[in-house]
Amino acid sequence: MSEKELQVQPKHEVRQGSESTKPEKQFVPAVDIFETEKAVTVVAEMPGVAKAGIEVSLEDGVLTLVGERHNGIEKGTPLLREYETGRYVRKFTVSETIDQEHVKATMVNGMLTLVLPKLPPVKPRRIEVKAG
Amino acid sequence: MAIIRFRERPFLRSPWSEFERMRHDMDALLRTMNEVGGRDESMVYPLLNIFEDNDHIYVHGEVPGVLPEDLNVSVESETLIIKGERKTCNEVEDASWHRREIQCGTFSRAISLPTKVNTDQVEARVVDGILTVTIAKADEVKPRQVEIKVG
Repeated sequence: MSEKELQVQPKHEVRQGSESTKPEKQFVPAVDIFETEKAVTVVAEMPGVAKAGIEVSLEDGVLTLVGERHNGIEKGTPLLREYETGRYVRKFTVSETIDQEHVKATMVNGMLTLVLPKLPPVKPRRIEVKAG
Repeated sequence: MAIIRFRERPFLRSPWSEFERMRHDMDALLRTMNEVGGRDESMVYPLLNIFEDNDHIYVHGEVPGVLPEDLNVSVESETLIIKGERKTCNEVEDASWHRREIQCGTFSRAISLPTKVNTDQVEARVVDGILTVTIAKADEVKPRQVEIKVG
């Protein structure tokens, strides 16, 4: 194994002003965000979340990712508990102008991929000043 | 500035009371460390949750982005071995990175199971990035109902 070994990334709980009404823990999913000429791509780690549990919204330049775990994965009496389970919530402020109509989200193997296409920058209009 | 009342100054009471207080604080510290969410710390990827019922042991692990063909699960007598590789590194040309938090690489973990198991009846599946290994317990450790006869 010459390649890098994976390290455990501890889950961080969401710190926010308001609490959720359900007594469920909320975690911050780890993300990769990169930008190309055409789009901004957000990849988030959400294990245990199915397609139906994903909620993505983009409002006033704030991108919100919510992932609800589906229940019924675990049954029986617990013997060992190394990780905790809960919802995933994360918000980002997006400064680029995004084409909201064409945002694409895919969910594969617990990884959410979100492609936010950028709008072409508005050409600055020159206003001629007439001497009069 | 903390105000220390005269009579609370420990060294005036007894030179050993300060040690006593330290011992007491240490005990309290150890107690809280054990209670953190009832979570058993481990720093080996992947983190596992293990459950059991009468007939099976269920091992769950969070492995988002790991393809089923890159996972290798085996059971040797009473040890479960999970190996794999995560190839989800996003490599994009001409991209400027804003955040890079997701890691990739190989992992390998061995964990000893709490009971004897039937190594022929092991099933592993990955659903939405959660690995579930279902292992049947060996017949001799399954609880047996004892019938009570009257008379």
